[in-house]
Amino acid sequence: MIGARWREHWEELRRYPSALVGMAIIALLVGLSLYTVIAIPYSQALEKWRGGEPWQLHPVNAAPVWLDRLTGGREARTLIASSEDAEVEEVPFEGGRRLRIPLEVDYDYAGFPSELNLFLHAEGHPQRPFARLAWQTPDGREIALGGHRIGREDRISLSQDRALERRLGGLVPHVGLLADPEIEGEPQVLPGRYRLLLDAVVFDDTAGIDAELVLYGRVHGIAGTDHQRRDLSLALMWGTPVALAFGLLAAVGTTVTTLVIAAVGVWYRGWVDAVIQRLTEVNMILPLLPILVMVGTLYSTSIWLMLGVVVVLGIFSAGIKMYRAMLLPIREAPYIEAARAYGAGNLRIVMRYMIPRILPVLIPTFVTLIPTFVFLEASLAVLGLGDPVLPTWGKVLNDAQSQSALYNGYYYWVVSPAVLLMLTGLGFAMLGFALDRIFNPRLRSL
Amino acid sequence: MATSRADLPANAEASLLKVRDLHTWFELRQWGFLRVGAVHAVDGVNFTLERGEAVAFVGESGCGKSSLARTLLGLHRPTRGSVRFAGREMQSLSPAELKAYRAEVGYVQQDPYGALPPFLDVRRILAEPLIVHGIKDRQERERRIRAVLEEVRLSPAEEYLGKFPHMLSGGQQQRVVIARALILAPSMIIADEPVSMLDASVRVEILNLLRGIQARRELTLVFITHDLSTVRHFAERIFVMYAGQVVESAAVDELLDHPQHPYTQALLAAIADPDAANARRLREVPAGEPPSLIQPPTGCRFHPRCPHAMAGLCDRDDPPDFTPRENHLSACWLHR
Repeated sequence: MIGARWREHWEELRRYPSALVGMAIIALLVGLSLYTVIAIPYSQALEKWRGGEPWQLHPVNAAPVWLDRLTGGREARTLIASSEDAEVEEVPFEGGRRLRIPLEVDYDYAGFPSELNLFLHAEGHPQRPFARLAWQTPDGREIALGGHRIGREDRISLSQDRALERRLGGLVPHVGLLADPEIEGEPQVLPGRYRLLLDAVVFDDTAGIDAELVLYGRVHGIAGTDHQRRDLSLALMWGTPVALAFGLLAAVGTTVTTLVIAAVGVWYRGWVDAVIQRLTEVNMILPLLPILVMVGTLYSTSIWLMLGVVVVLGIFSAGIKMYRAMLLPIREAPYIEAARAYGAGNLRIVMRYMIPRILPVLIPTFVTLIPTFVFLEASLAVLGLGDPVLPTWGKVLNDAQSQSALYNGYYYWVVSPAVLLMLTGLGFAMLGFALDRIFNPRLRSL
Repeated sequence: MATSRADLPANAEASLLKVRDLHTWFELRQWGFLRVGAVHAVDGVNFTLERGEAVAFVGESGCGKSSLARTLLGLHRPTRGSVRFAGREMQSLSPAELKAYRAEVGYVQQDPYGALPPFLDVRRILAEPLIVHGIKDRQERERRIRAVLEEVRLSPAEEYLGKFPHMLSGGQQQRVVIARALILAPSMIIADEPVSMLDASVRVEILNLLRGIQARRELTLVFITHDLSTVRHFAERIFVMYAGQVVESAAVDELLDHPQHPYTQALLAAIADPDAANARRLREVPAGEPPSLIQPPTGCRFHPRCPHAMAGLCDRDDPPDFTPRENHLSACWLHR
């Protein structure tokens, strides 16, 4: 039975370590894809990847945490102190209240944070509240940070305060505020408890102020973040199902159509074959990439449109010539003649007797074809023709390139999508080569 | 049977197969459309086969006997002439009727391994013709497959059903081929050199099997061969073909013992070997080259090689069929 034959192939496949490694890699990628699709729904991923609001508590261009672990340093993680956890002192007066909100953080990282922001929300006030800010260090110094009128949604970028920077002796505030004043030269972190004291005057009896002090870290998550504070792990994770789906669909689409058309041409011969061959020859000299660039530039860069164009242009690809060469002798096989003699129709002969004959030889080719389409999709994205909304590996690379990631030393930004791409190529290639040895008896080692 | 036999009017009285003036030419074209000539593979053949009759077509390779077989199977379109099967003209059959006709004619090929699709097992190979002819009931198919396997002595059937062609010996493969030819219960079998690619040891078995089935089922058997040694035992009549034409025909013993046509005589003389193993075996062809089928010689096709050729007659006029002896046709001017 057919099942026995496949079991036989499986037994044989197990004898090739490269096949096992390849299948393990593919299983890993498939598992990651499934997890991603379930854990982060498609619409949510698109929404988040658009950037902005969801990411305001993430640092900019932070390295992955494991990179810090690897170098043994203790780089800053992001610390958040919220007024919800603080003990707020209230002193009422005629026409309003005085609020004293202490925002405290314990800082004992070796490195400085990358940025300091204070987020203030004041809802339901008839008049904008006024706040005076003071920074208290563990060694008892107090640094005045000035006064602010608080709007409904306010962000005070302490790191951007030029005046403060001058007062701190030319150190950017997120360094100067945490530096040990006793140490000359290169600033060092003074570990301990820091407090941002918020003295506010509100002109209402009930409405309060929400405050959040964020000390942005220099490392974040397993993949780091990009210039828009977006967590790269989102793109790397969502890039996996997108890449696999694109590669698989493109490979299936081109292989199946090409095979059927080649078989139809071989079977009917005459003008049908002539038309197919001429179309193939014309298509072979049409360059795929520039056409995709043109479609992307003039029409749309949707990944599914690109997939369609790749498949349509792949129908009359060079594969037709190869399949035709394989099918021509099969057409003349006596069993085909026997099938005609007992009355099998054209469709049955093409689909049931000719194509299955070369299917085993095509399986390895098909498997190694998948990563080439994955790479094609990444190349398009690097060229700036990636899907405008979908997070993919190629788009991460594109962002990295446009932000000069390597020049700025953000290696992780380029390396992690590249490693995933290489892993995909490696997995399918290792499996494909092993399959080639099994299905292509001439390559079989004894 | 879904495509019913009733499509073909069963006329038990008439001969099963009547072939008149049959021509099968293969056109030669240049640049895909310019006609530059034709290969005259079958060039004016006449014969009639009765139901239950076993006949042999013999001749050297390239004489058109395989093309004749394929034309009878409907694999090649005749260029001219008529093939009447059970009273119906083959050329005028509708596609559905042609399909029914194909169930009526079984085909046994020369190379048993090539004749079986290597990726299907025996059960599936035998089921295919039944599926093609619309037998949807699995149990019915299974029953017929088992019955036909028993008939070709592949028993117990279970042992063979799951096997792929490469797991079978040449003789077993040919039995599967015969089973496939029989599974649609045909009334005629065309066997094109059915044993020439088999080991000598299994040839007799396969020929006996075919002969037994032919007798039991009262089949018409068309046996195409270049091996005269088997003909006497497996055919009742012989047709000798040369350059696309039948040059001589008669009952087996009559023809082998009293060959009339110079070509047949030359063939038999060439094998007048006392060695029993080589007796009646076509080893050497008469002196000279087989004629070109693209530009066949004028007049008698055999005249360039014929020791009795008569200038002005044989090289000019096609010889008609003469009857030099009772029930013995020979197309040669010598008998005029």
